[in-house]
Amino acid sequence: MSGLGATEDTGIRVRPSGRNTMPASVIVDSISKIIGNFFEWFGDLGIFFWQVVRAAVTPPYEWRELMRQLDEIGSKSFPLVALAGAAIGVVISLEARYSLSRFGAKSLFPSTLVYSVIEVMGPIITGLVVSGRVGAGIGAELASMKVTEQIDAIEASAINPYRLLAATRIVACMAMLPLLTISADVCALLTGWFAQALVEPLSFHQFIESGFHGATFNAFFPPTFKTVVYGLIIGLVACFQGMRTKGGAEGVGRAATNSVVLASLFLILADVVLVKFILVVFP
Amino acid sequence: MATTTDISTTPTGTEGDNSTPAVAVKNVHKTFGIHKVLNGISLSVGQGETLAVLGRSGTGKSVLLRLIIGLSQPDSGSIHIQGQNISGLSVDQLGAVRTKMGFLFQHAALYDSLTVAENVAFPLEHHRREMSKSERTDRIQGLLAEVGMGGSLDKMPSDISGGMQKRVGLARALALDPEILLLDEPTAGLDPISSREIDELILKLQREHRMASIVVTHDLFSAKTISNRLALLDQGNVVVEGTFEDLQQCDIQFVRDFLKHS
Repeated sequence: MSGLGATEDTGIRVRPSGRNTMPASVIVDSISKIIGNFFEWFGDLGIFFWQVVRAAVTPPYEWRELMRQLDEIGSKSFPLVALAGAAIGVVISLEARYSLSRFGAKSLFPSTLVYSVIEVMGPIITGLVVSGRVGAGIGAELASMKVTEQIDAIEASAINPYRLLAATRIVACMAMLPLLTISADVCALLTGWFAQALVEPLSFHQFIESGFHGATFNAFFPPTFKTVVYGLIIGLVACFQGMRTKGGAEGVGRAATNSVVLASLFLILADVVLVKFILVVFP
Repeated sequence: MATTTDISTTPTGTEGDNSTPAVAVKNVHKTFGIHKVLNGISLSVGQGETLAVLGRSGTGKSVLLRLIIGLSQPDSGSIHIQGQNISGLSVDQLGAVRTKMGFLFQHAALYDSLTVAENVAFPLEHHRREMSKSERTDRIQGLLAEVGMGGSLDKMPSDISGGMQKRVGLARALALDPEILLLDEPTAGLDPISSREIDELILKLQREHRMASIVVTHDLFSAKTISNRLALLDQGNVVVEGTFEDLQQCDIQFVRDFLKHS
């Protein structure tokens, strides 16, 4: 048998066990490359964001494209967001009734539902649904335009693609997210109340009065309008991934996937910061 | 015949004498990763003149056009459009320069969500906002009729052939009445009859619009037909520059091989 582990009968070479053959320098190089790519990605994102901001605040403004995007992102996401909100309302209602009954606190049901929908679930569910629908759509559309040189053609026609394509989509995301969140909240409260009313009598008037009793501006306004930041994240990440795509159909698929995954991930991470920020600034 | 060594003293063509060149590329270098694509190239095109840029695949012909319209930046050297150095211009300043240029992409790059008419209308809507709707419609119809696409206004790009897409791309490139026209492989992928039709169309447009044109092509017959002057590129630089007859008389082996196999 040879020293490298070849068996006499088959001649198959097997790696000797218990020995790490990968040199340390290769591992160090791989790690430094990953870290380098990570910072390079954020650096490129920062430069992209700056170019979009500069394009967005200088005329001419692309009102027509903005209106088209408001419709595309807002109106066309409404059914999905409303359905998700309605489902969440039922789930929270079922869970809350069971939990509150165990502790003899059934009277707190309306306010539990209202606060958990408006402060927590409504914004995040809306953000994730829009991230899936709109993030993938923007990422794939812009990536397809990039690989077929349509974005170059826009630029060659002396039209700023950051203004026409990115700024309009990002502003539309930022404008529509709070409105979609309110829609999801309303649907969740309606179905949550309905699910409760099926089990034991509770008038809608009673539910609203009890649920919003003692409610302040700080309780509802900041959680709803923090979704402007979600809109920024979804629009920015999707446009960035789409407009930097390389490599044909495979690149388009990758851009769409990365747009959804990264936007959803950053959205959840941003929520951690935003919740803390809201608790500090709007106690 | 002009070679790379005497370009600076070479007249830019019959129409461009004694005036600022429409396009002047001076000692431009461009590298992608470890691959050096352009290696100190210098070229100039006079007003009303057509220069055909020939060369093997991967010699930087399309890159040269992208640098001229500002879609890429050179690593070093400078590009002058009607005497103005475009290196370091802001987006808006570069935009103003680009409105003087029309660009036909190799695959036409039509906006696939817009109809043929909307594609041609696109630059007009952004740069001729003062135009009334009827004026714009007339202009679009006129441009599409000029390129022989007058009956396809409402068709989508996916519903027309490659040759037709090139015609629409040409109409879009002409929408803003450019003074400089850049054509990237206008006949690539077309059958011989469609290629000759595109050549005749380009010749007709040159006669009527008197633009400076740079045509990147592999098609030697097309280059001979539509250009006043030809430049043959190899390894990122101009090997030889002159009329077709100059190229035929050139004794550089690469030029002889290129002409022999074209």
